[in-house]
Amino acid sequence: MSTFIKRIIRAGWISLKRNIWLGVAQIIVMMMVVLLVSFFFIFNKASDVLISKIQEKVDISVYFKSDTDSEKIFSLKSDLSKLSEIKTATYISKDDALESFMKKHMGDTVLIDSLNEVGENPFLASLSIQARNASQYAKIQSFLDKPEYKDIIDRVDYFQRKPVIDKIFFVTSSINKGTLIFSIILFVLAFLVALNTIRVAIYNSKDEIATMRLVGASNFFIRDPFIIQGIFLGLIAAALSFILVFVVSFFLDGKIRMLDPEIKLIEIFFSSFWMILFLQALTGVGLGIVSSVVGIRKYLNV
Amino acid sequence: MLSISNITKIYPSKSGGSPTIALEDVTFKVEKPEFVSIVGKSGSGKTTLLRLILAEEQPTNGRIFFENQDIQKIKKSQIYKLRRRIGTVFQDYKLFQTKTAYENIAYVMQVVGAQDKEIKRDLPEILSIVGLEDKANNFPNELSGGEKQRVAIARALVHRPDFILADEPTGNLDPYNTFEVMKILIKIYELGTSVILASHDKEIINFLKKRVITLENGKIIRDDQKGRFIL
Repeated sequence: MSTFIKRIIRAGWISLKRNIWLGVAQIIVMMMVVLLVSFFFIFNKASDVLISKIQEKVDISVYFKSDTDSEKIFSLKSDLSKLSEIKTATYISKDDALESFMKKHMGDTVLIDSLNEVGENPFLASLSIQARNASQYAKIQSFLDKPEYKDIIDRVDYFQRKPVIDKIFFVTSSINKGTLIFSIILFVLAFLVALNTIRVAIYNSKDEIATMRLVGASNFFIRDPFIIQGIFLGLIAAALSFILVFVVSFFLDGKIRMLDPEIKLIEIFFSSFWMILFLQALTGVGLGIVSSVVGIRKYLNV
Repeated sequence: MLSISNITKIYPSKSGGSPTIALEDVTFKVEKPEFVSIVGKSGSGKTTLLRLILAEEQPTNGRIFFENQDIQKIKKSQIYKLRRRIGTVFQDYKLFQTKTAYENIAYVMQVVGAQDKEIKRDLPEILSIVGLEDKANNFPNELSGGEKQRVAIARALVHRPDFILADEPTGNLDPYNTFEVMKILIKIYELGTSVILASHDKEIINFLKKRVITLENGKIIRDDQKGRFIL
């Protein structure tokens, strides 16, 4: 390592140690930004679980005319499977539909009797289709509207379900958009607060910076220790935030599971362990560098 | 070596009043090694002159040459190279408060790119010249005024600059420390470094018996090779 790099790292570290209380204040505001990023990341993961759970409850069914050959149905099924929008397409034969109806209404003698009265299986074979996203059902519907399927398809229940699907699509996309906008606003606010705190800390050193210039220090020699200090502060803020995120996830895990057993905070934390660590270090270090560079810039023009 | 040629510095008034003429048509040369005192009342332009030599400010008119280099033509980003060749001592010391006496002095050596072993070799010597061997690890707030000024002189001197600018270096000191600081500045001069001293201390100037440039209202009214403080 060159003498220059060694010196600026050492200078940054010593300055941090000797101005520890100012450093603590900076670490706290930096933690605010890092924590915000981390919690939005985890919140996003948790809301993904919730949204996909809601979306799984939505499907549309394609009913086939009673004389349709099952081979044609399977060929349609395989055509459908090629669409990127399709998550699952499950074939339900006439017999399956009857069986499931019987099971569902086992105790209802009136219904069972009237079914027996009909004499034959009145149910139609169908495909139960789930899209990856609630917004994609309209596209699937238009695929099914193709003339070559006219002969075999009796009806698609998309239009009956459309209001529910639209509502779910609206709710989930609103959650996503709302979270994004809210997180951007909060992030910008927290970033500005942290930036200003660090600028005030550098303002404290403005006389020393002026003296450094007068004794012949180059801009690099003056600025770089501040950047190094910013990186150290960012890393400390990231490390403390990481511990805090773990502790909070650990304690909230049980409580959130009581609300919804499928949202497992600790599992989200460990499955995204490296991602969270990387995000936090990136935010902390990025904030440290940007605020040092911005904070010191105007004092370098002595 | 240092040539000040027809320098004028005018500060315009921000409130629309009449501008302040800090220096008017100032011309002189400093050869190496020379001990030059610049005297004058407060507001006569002494500090402005030193700030112009350090390229902290630009003159309104005139030129300053440092070894045939026009310092107004040096790019802002390159001014540090000029300043490395000048050691500066200020009335208010301008020490780094979060660095020890040793680190304050070592900083300048680091700035000029000295190796660690050179710093370890030269620092004890310079500390002994200014008589601060036992205060090396003290922070500025643990030093007296005289000790702070001696650290500042050591810092100005340690990288062997071409000359030293001292702006009222004894302004905040008692007579005993004033004498000590002056002894060090004379020693520096005798070892071959030019010193430019701005002062309004009559006793010091008369004691030195060296060249004296007298400023009044921004103009040179006297330049005597073995001058006295006459105002």
